[in-house]
Parts: sequence; structure tokens; C-alpha cells
Amino acid sequence: MEHLISLFVRAVFIENMALAFFLGMCTFIAISKKVETAIGLGVAVVVVQTITVPANYLIFNLLLREGALGWAGFPDVDLSYLGLLSYIGVIAAIVQILEMLLDKYVPSLYNALGVFLPLITVNCAILGGTLFMVERDYNMSESVVYGLGSGFSWALAIALLAGIREKLKYSDVPEGLQGLGITFITIGLMSLGFMSFSGVQL
Amino acid sequence: MAKQTIKEVLLNPIFNNNPIGLQILGICSALAVTSNLKTALVMSIALTLVTAFSNLFISMIRKQIPSSIRMIVQMVIIASLVIVVDQILRAYAFGLAKQLSVFVGLIITNCIVMGRAEAFAMQNPPLLSFMDGIGNGLGYSVMLIVLGVIRELFGAGKLLGFEVLALAKDGGWYVPNGLLLLPPSAFFLIGLIIWGLRTWKKNQVEAPAFTLAPQVANQEVH
Repeated sequence: MEHLISLFVRAVFIENMALAFFLGMCTFIAISKKVETAIGLGVAVVVVQTITVPANYLIFNLLLREGALGWAGFPDVDLSYLGLLSYIGVIAAIVQILEMLLDKYVPSLYNALGVFLPLITVNCAILGGTLFMVERDYNMSESVVYGLGSGFSWALAIALLAGIREKLKYSDVPEGLQGLGITFITIGLMSLGFMSFSGVQL
Repeated sequence: MAKQTIKEVLLNPIFNNNPIGLQILGICSALAVTSNLKTALVMSIALTLVTAFSNLFISMIRKQIPSSIRMIVQMVIIASLVIVVDQILRAYAFGLAKQLSVFVGLIITNCIVMGRAEAFAMQNPPLLSFMDGIGNGLGYSVMLIVLGVIRELFGAGKLLGFEVLALAKDGGWYVPNGLLLLPPSAFFLIGLIIWGLRTWKKNQVEAPAFTLAPQVANQEVH
């Protein structure tokens, strides 16, 4: 249990998806102008990440890994090269299913998330989480915790950035830095702040 | 949009419409792989090839793709190309592939590839789309290589692993700036590069979202 908690804390603060690995930057920058939309997207990412990482864990371990097809009578088959294609397919499918389910059963949440759900398919943080899970060889419970933690780390980062950018509107930014430039520098400073967690040993 | 020539399509993305500097596409990998020049170079080549060929193939079948499932079709083409690149890297440059870790796989979700497929290849003939892919790949590569050179040269005093600036700890004169090897420096550098680019090309400057009202202090004093 302790091990899982430390994995969660590490995923949120030390290995922050957005600020330490730069994943999901495109949406991170594009959708961080307002706090509410940023939080909406953040929640969607947490949900999708928590589902996709374990789902891909199952796909990888039951179908793709070397020798994983032993139960079907193909002990020598190694399909791991099909990984990328299957993960992205799973992610796209899960996002689609989630969209339909929310539309049917929780329309209020569906309306709140709106356009962000489909955008999540191309969010690198989601695919990145899956690839890190495969690379680090997490087990089932670890991958659930890692999915939750990494999704939460991204949500935290985008909410913080949106907060800063809302205040930034009132400041007098040099002409060429307006918009994109100053956002990058802000993220740089935030990332520097999060670097200070890297000394934390759990 | 007027008909574009091959030359325009190829050269525009490099400075005028840089994917990273202006279109905000493909930033994720731009930051993560640039702490040294070698990974930056490999990543640029991989991305340029994937973008070019995915544009080519998508443009070839653009009239057959039903628009409701075009995303999935594009995704499958891109993912297959990335798998090819990934397997080649693992076969011939395993050490490098380990260093790039998940970022080769992340080319799939790199917005440049998807963005260009959606915005350009779906409307234009194959050859032009191929060139557009190369052009955008080059625009991305220029940015990556500039970042890679700055970060490796000033952060470690080396280029491609060869020592260029004699380091102080080996009796030279240069004290490396360790910050440049850390993630945040990439953000600062891109921010500064964008600043430079926009000072040079004025038309890229974004209009401020809000302007301060002129000071009217003397009227406010009653």
C-alpha cells in the first residue's frame, strides 16, 4: 500500500506529465486561457487516463507481450511491435465510448466537457502514460494508480497555468512576447518550481 | 486560398509559418528530446519522414475516406508509419532508441502530423502534400536543432558528444550552465526564440487580449 501511495505522489509531483515530461503540451497551451475550461479538461483527462492505462495494461499483457498468446496455442508469438497501433486504437475507442455513455447518462457532465473529450484522443499525455506503463513494467494495481496519478498531475498543472494566465491578462507584456511567448516562459518558471520536488525521496 | 506552388509549400513553414513558433503544434517532443543534439537530429529526421509520408498516403486516398471516420483512418496510417520508424531505430540504433524512450511512439500524437494531415493533405494532391510534410518537418527540425545546439553547447560544452568548449573542471575556461540541461530551460529558450521570430516578422505578433486604459489620474482627483 505504501508503495502505491509513493507511486502516486511521484507521478503527481516529481514526474509531472506536463511540467517534467512536456506531454500534452499542445492542448496544455491552447486550452489554458480560462480556469473553468482548464479544470473541465483536466477532469476529463484524469478519467480517461485512469481507464486507458489499465486497459492498455491488459491488452499488452494478455495479447501482445512475447508468449502472452500461450492460452490461444501460440506460445512463440511476439506481437509487441503492434503496440503503438493497439494503444492508440484503445484510447480512441475508450474516448468514443465514454463520450456516448456520458451523453446518455450524465448529460450535464457531457455538456460541461463538450469539445474537450474528442481532443483527448490526440493528447500525448494519455498515450505517454500508457507507453511509460509498458516501459516501466508496472503491474495491474500499479498501472491503475499510475493512470490516476499522471492524469491528476496533468490536471493540476493545467489548472495552475490557467490561474496564472488569467492574472497575466492585466500585465504589460512586451510586444513580441504577447500570447505564446510569455506562456512558454511562465511554464518554464512553473516547471522550475516543480523541479524542486525532484529531491523528495519516498 | 490561392493555389500554392511547391516552393512556397516547402519553404513557408520554416520561418513564416513555423509549426512550433506560430501554429503551436508538436511542442511536446520539441522540448523533451533537445537536451542534446544527437537525439534532436534523430527525432527531426523521424518526424519529417513520418509527416511527409503520412501526408502523401492520406492525400492519395483522400477521396475515398468517408469524412465521419477520417480521424481513425489518419490515425491508423500514422501509427503504422511510426511503428516502421520505431522498429528501424530499434534494429539499427538501439542505444539511441532507448534514449528517445517513449518519444518515438509519441510521434503518433504529435499534433504536427495530425494537424497537417487534417489541414492540408485532405484538400491537396499527393505531391504537394508530400512537400508540405517535408516543409513542416523542416520547420520543426530547424527549431529542434537550434534548441539542441544551444542546450548541448552551453549546457555541457559539447556538440554531438565532441568537446567544443573546454570545460573548467578539465582545466579549460568554460563553466557549463547546468540549467540548460534541465527541462525548464527548453521553455525559456522557445519563449525567447518566439520573441526573436516575432520581432523579425512583425505580422506574427498576437494582439493583446486586453489593453490597459490610458491613465486619467488628473481627472479622477476630485
